Amino acid sequence: MATRTVTIASSVGLHARPASMFVQAASDTGLDVEIGRPGEESVDATSILGVMALGAKHGEEVVLTAEGDGADEALDSLVALLSRDLDAE
Amino acid sequence: MSNPTETPRGIGVSPGAAVGPVVQVRGPVRPPDNEPAPADPAAEHVRIKEAFESVARTLEERAALADETAQQILTATALIARDKGLQKAIGKELAAGKGPTTAVTAAVQTYAAQFEALGGYFAERVTDLKDVRNRAVARLLGKEDPGVPEFDVPSVIVAHDLAPAETATLNPSMVRAIITEAGGRTSHTAILAAQMGIPAVVQLAGATAIAAGTMVAVDGDSGEVTIDPSAEYQRDIIGKRERRRAALAGSAGPGRTKDGYPVMLLANIGGVEDAVSAASQDVEGVGLFRTEFVFLSRDTAPTLAEQTEIYTKVFEPFGSRRVVVRTLDAGADKPLAFADLGPEENPALGKRGLRLSALRPDLLDVQLEALGVAAKATAAEVKVMAPMVATAEEAAWFARRVRENGLPSVGVMIEVPGAAIAARHVMAEVDFGSLGTNDLAQYTMAADRMEGTLSDLLDPWQPAVLGLIGTACEGAKVAGKPMGVCGEAGGDALLALVLAGLGVSSLSMAPSKVSIVRYALGLHTMATCHGMATAALDARTATDARNAVLALAHEDLTALL
Repeated sequence: MATRTVTIASSVGLHARPASMFVQAASDTGLDVEIGRPGEESVDATSILGVMALGAKHGEEVVLTAEGDGADEALDSLVALLSRDLDAE
Repeated sequence: MSNPTETPRGIGVSPGAAVGPVVQVRGPVRPPDNEPAPADPAAEHVRIKEAFESVARTLEERAALADETAQQILTATALIARDKGLQKAIGKELAAGKGPTTAVTAAVQTYAAQFEALGGYFAERVTDLKDVRNRAVARLLGKEDPGVPEFDVPSVIVAHDLAPAETATLNPSMVRAIITEAGGRTSHTAILAAQMGIPAVVQLAGATAIAAGTMVAVDGDSGEVTIDPSAEYQRDIIGKRERRRAALAGSAGPGRTKDGYPVMLLANIGGVEDAVSAASQDVEGVGLFRTEFVFLSRDTAPTLAEQTEIYTKVFEPFGSRRVVVRTLDAGADKPLAFADLGPEENPALGKRGLRLSALRPDLLDVQLEALGVAAKATAAEVKVMAPMVATAEEAAWFARRVRENGLPSVGVMIEVPGAAIAARHVMAEVDFGSLGTNDLAQYTMAADRMEGTLSDLLDPWQPAVLGLIGTACEGAKVAGKPMGVCGEAGGDALLALVLAGLGVSSLSMAPSKVSIVRYALGLHTMATCHGMATAALDARTATDARNAVLALAHEDLTALL
């Protein structure tokens, strides 16, 4: 299982447009991707409602996990996405 | 000019005036009661998934035709319709033996509750979630989607409440005005309508009962809606809009009568956003900060730290201006998950307001402590008042608790007729009073505020209500304490003059109404206001009272009403 920790760069946190973009990207990987706070239960990263209910704020750390072929590459691309201020783009 | 006492009135939230035929937005389809469990839950889930997928496609089709803002909202709403987590939750509800639309409703509700608990941005997303639910439920029941029907002439859109997706996809060139029965000053409808420059009125009782196709005139400033307006009235309303803009452009500064008697002009607010917006306007502070939003839609009581942060954010934008805070006003009609006292036969007459605080003093104590800390941390002149006070003992009980928390100024709402009649005793216990004219009218006339068909009885111009306001002001005078008004009545420019004449020293209202009230005060001396108060108290009916005052008012004001 691949794991990455990343800090939310988006100034509004992981909701609104940034959440939609992240969920879309996670769905496009075709893998089972999960997102959660360190040490807490994670949620399905392809569920917009789950990701929004997580309520991750700007500057907060989240843990991404994925399984299957290409999991590492998939997570690297999602980490890159979350490291950008998506709301400013 | 038409007589506004015969005209339904809501709250004007987006300025301007317009006339057009009514288009009624279809309301949501409710799941049937006792919906039977499906024979084959798995097959039923396939049907439900298809319904959600078709909803997602419809939303995407609409997104493709919409502008950029609407496109983002609609695309995000389509994602909700395709949500895997939501489908899992629906599957669980089906497996538990729920019928299809009941399962959908229950699953959506679990997410809605989570989002509401998160508050702010998330609470607003609940509307999108419910929009998806309403469409899916309608499709599962073989009904048409709720929402705006097709129409081909520029129209006035009328709804119980508009979902953001609906407001955002409206074509501004086809929409003359928007009217909703629910909604508020800061609802999506209000914000988007103002952005699109479409006049809008919210909180109009009976709006959804207006027949489709009926011509209506909408005044987005005053909140008035006139059904079947005459050609003359149609010309008037457009002309009036222009005159009002021109006259009010020069109105600024603190409230004063023509001969210089101060009448403070304050804003009613209900949250941090309201505070920021009101503070940027020409108001002398806040006369009513409703704190319910801090408590409602939560599973557990807000902590001291949470409350302190919120109150600080509300006080800060006002600098050294006054902010009058009303402590928690909840009860059977506004239930709290963490302070449920059970259902009541008569919620409006039950354990609400200060009565709830007396039963749960722990909630009040934390709130007062947070207010005390926030008041010290900011420069605002913070005053605290209690809702639903009926007796001098209650006022004394509250005053002691407020002062123990280092808050120097304590007051009571005067909204119970008993407190108005006994004002000299009640007011002796506190530093100030504030008349809640909406509830005072409801209790004086024994007419439910939520019952739109009783609005004539709830008219603050009713001589009995004015008489009681006069009695309360007399009592305050005997006790040597100031009395203000924080109900809708304070924002009625003509009634404001009567209130000043009765002895009211501050008026709190929606910020958008401040400029016309300031203008009205500046045109009249205190002696004229006294004369108006006497004339209103002498009148036999609400209509007579208003007409009598209108006859005494300066023509520059009456030209704008």
